[in-house]
Amino acid sequence: MNNWKEVANLEEIPKLGSRVLEVEDGSIALFRTSDDRVFALRDACPHKQGPLSQGIVAGHTVTCPLHNWKIDLESGEALAPDEGCTNVYPVKVEAGLVYLKL
Amino acid sequence: MKERLVLVGNGMAGVRALEELLKLAPESYDITVFGAEPHPNYNRIMLSPVLAGEKEFDEIILNDRSWYEENGVTLHTGDPVVEIDRVNRKVVSQSGLEVPYDRLLLATGSNPFIIPVPGSDLPGVLGFRDIADVDAMLEAAKKYKKAAVIGGGLLGLEAANGLMRNGMEVTVVHLMDILMERQLDRAAAGLLKKSLDERGMKFLMEAQTTEILGDGRVTGLKFADGSELEADLVVMAVGIRPNIELAQKAGLYCERGVVVNDTMQTYDPRIYAVGECVQHRGQTYGLVAPLFEQAKVAANHLARVGIARYEGSVTSTKLKVTGIDLFSAGEFNEQPGDETLVLQDPARGVYKKLVVRDNRIKGAVLYGDTIDGTWYFQLLREGTDISGFRNTILFGQHDLGDAGHGDETRVAALPDDAEICGCNGVTKGQIVEAIQTQGLFTLDEVRAHTKASASCGSCTGLVEAILASTVGEGYEAQPSKKPMCGCTDYSHDEVIKAIKEQELKSLRAVMDFLEWKTPDGCAGCRPALNYYLLAYWPEEYHDDPQSRFINERAHGNIQKDGTYSVVPRLFGGLCTPDQLRAIADVADKYRVPEMKVTGGQRIDLFGVKKEDLPAMWKDLTDAGFVSGHAYGKALRTVKTCAGKKWCRFGTQDSTGLGVKIEELTWGSWMPHKFKLAVSGCPRNCAEATIKDFGVVCVDSGYELHVGGNGGIKVRVTDLLCKVESEEEVLEYCGAFIQLYREEAHYLERTAPWVERVGLSYIKERILEDEAGRKTLYERFKLSQKYAQVDPWRERAEGGQAHEFRPLKLSA
Repeated sequence: MNNWKEVANLEEIPKLGSRVLEVEDGSIALFRTSDDRVFALRDACPHKQGPLSQGIVAGHTVTCPLHNWKIDLESGEALAPDEGCTNVYPVKVEAGLVYLKL
Repeated sequence: MKERLVLVGNGMAGVRALEELLKLAPESYDITVFGAEPHPNYNRIMLSPVLAGEKEFDEIILNDRSWYEENGVTLHTGDPVVEIDRVNRKVVSQSGLEVPYDRLLLATGSNPFIIPVPGSDLPGVLGFRDIADVDAMLEAAKKYKKAAVIGGGLLGLEAANGLMRNGMEVTVVHLMDILMERQLDRAAAGLLKKSLDERGMKFLMEAQTTEILGDGRVTGLKFADGSELEADLVVMAVGIRPNIELAQKAGLYCERGVVVNDTMQTYDPRIYAVGECVQHRGQTYGLVAPLFEQAKVAANHLARVGIARYEGSVTSTKLKVTGIDLFSAGEFNEQPGDETLVLQDPARGVYKKLVVRDNRIKGAVLYGDTIDGTWYFQLLREGTDISGFRNTILFGQHDLGDAGHGDETRVAALPDDAEICGCNGVTKGQIVEAIQTQGLFTLDEVRAHTKASASCGSCTGLVEAILASTVGEGYEAQPSKKPMCGCTDYSHDEVIKAIKEQELKSLRAVMDFLEWKTPDGCAGCRPALNYYLLAYWPEEYHDDPQSRFINERAHGNIQKDGTYSVVPRLFGGLCTPDQLRAIADVADKYRVPEMKVTGGQRIDLFGVKKEDLPAMWKDLTDAGFVSGHAYGKALRTVKTCAGKKWCRFGTQDSTGLGVKIEELTWGSWMPHKFKLAVSGCPRNCAEATIKDFGVVCVDSGYELHVGGNGGIKVRVTDLLCKVESEEEVLEYCGAFIQLYREEAHYLERTAPWVERVGLSYIKERILEDEAGRKTLYERFKLSQKYAQVDPWRERAEGGQAHEFRPLKLSA
């Protein structure tokens, strides 16, 4: 616990795209934004558990592919007027490697 | 130091301008607001429901005091500005506050017009303008019995209705011989009067008030013919006058209103003005939709974006009297030479009239059935040529099998628990509640808050009608030029034109050239831009997977549980035992939980895990299949019937032709999905007349049909032409597809596209211009050279592998 874990090379995640990381109790979506920041969210939309990793990334938001909810990548919160929140995991990128705190 | 902005007038137009400004440039000004009333900004349109007892005042507040605080706006209520000192650039309020400004926004609104007759200043004589008037009326209704409303216009009738609901006996006194003469023609006004009569409203028509009687308080009215009417409450609703007193005193140029230019500036360039106090190109406006347009323009210039212009508004009207559906727009009284289309059904209480000039709608009056008001209004504002559908136009846009909400058209009569949006289960009551409590004015806002009409969109007309009847004249119709999305002010057509004429060949180039407002666009515009670039520059543009909706990125249909479905292409629906065996083997190998024969004559394999997709595709491509594109805004299927090879009625080889068409067209990306069919005889077993492009074989050749749809809204195709050979079928089909690919808006099916541009335009391009048709066909074939690369094979061979392989935690 409380350890940073190396999970990917930055280059393995396409810009404005995502990768899915399989963990014991489900999936985590890793997003890379156009400013090369990486965000990690539980891969489930607060609305109907749609896989956020499959959505379109723009700015620091992702649009869920099932019903177009927009989720803020930094907070995991749905953008108004929708309401809901999904888990966010701390991420850091060092020397081209992506680390996640689980 | 920040510049200082002072808003004079804390009403809907002024505060709307602040909201727009804060959206564009949140930190640009120190803002101070002065309002004469002791309240924060409330929804004046909702005064009628408050009067009728359907709403409380708290529910119609648009911006509560915390909104001002959160946005750093200083608010002074109950303290009107009494002087603008333009030399020293400061305002002075009634309480003596002096606030300097760099920019000033005037939004002083209007005053009710009080007719200048003796007694008009007696207690008990009111206007109908603000919440104080409403409170006074409610108070009077408790003590008194008889009310007279002077003015049989929109506001007067709403006031009369409200007073009646509070138990008063109400007589409407009107100068003209018909009600709402500024919105209605004689026939519709007659229907309205009859319906109000039945509710117990009394009328004195062609009555000119000469005196208000009373001693200490109003007791009645006296008319020009000498007759009198007893009344212990008189409401004046004969019109409004722009409130220009302050502006005039400050020496700003005024006529009927404060005169402004297209950027909402007064003659003093530091002073802007919006709302009912304004006169623009000779017009003053009292309805909220134009005021919001003005607010947007003023905000744009205050934020120094500097590109918006206000060019005036065409307005439409709805009466907010519960249970009465009424709509009017434009020039509803015909001029000599105009044509009128009329549908009149007294038993159903329905009256519809369209005034038509040069095949274009100039005005509309609807009574009883107003569901198509928004559609007619759109046709009016866009100047659409209606010759192609004028024979059915009075039956409305919804005359053919709309799915999901029956044929309900009389919105006002619907009970609150009536389901409006069948996709998302939203009732009329929920929509009305959201509109009233959240202060919604546009269709987009209603969609965002309630999800009504946000999925398939078939109930859009109903939702618009509810919006219009709930906010009445405040309904903000879709602007005629609609931006692609929130990331830009440009419309689809403008973006397409720029891509073509400026030879923009990448997403970045488009966003830079058209000054996109967001760095990466959004999930709405990126797929559209990606498609336009592919359609225009097939040889040069490289598809951007991150700008594709997941179905097109993963080349499968995402299902609600996150698995995918796989549909291999069966050309023309023909198949062999080997092909079926191969599909069966794949289904076994990957444990496909469910298979289904689709409506497009192929086989759907459901429940496939994403990481299994590439291996499964490899097995399918090894067996000779290509992707069926069942997931894409792309060419879907060519449905065929048995044809003359087997069928005793068949006139041509419909299956063979279907295969040829599918071989020509598969793999093509489209603005939306695209379906074809070939039927071997007019019995039309392949249902070709509800496809985007349908062929009906006849003994002497092939009928070509376009623009059909069997989905949300059934639309039967239009006959394009008849040709004699299969080669011609292919050429016309390719040319039609290419025209659609190049000119339709992204996510616009052929059915609405054909209705938008008109069948005559398509005939012009495809039939009359032979050289043009051949060029279109050539361009389509060129684009197909790049499009007919099987995406499944590419990925089976390792392309885009990251898309399908999850990352794993190393131990």
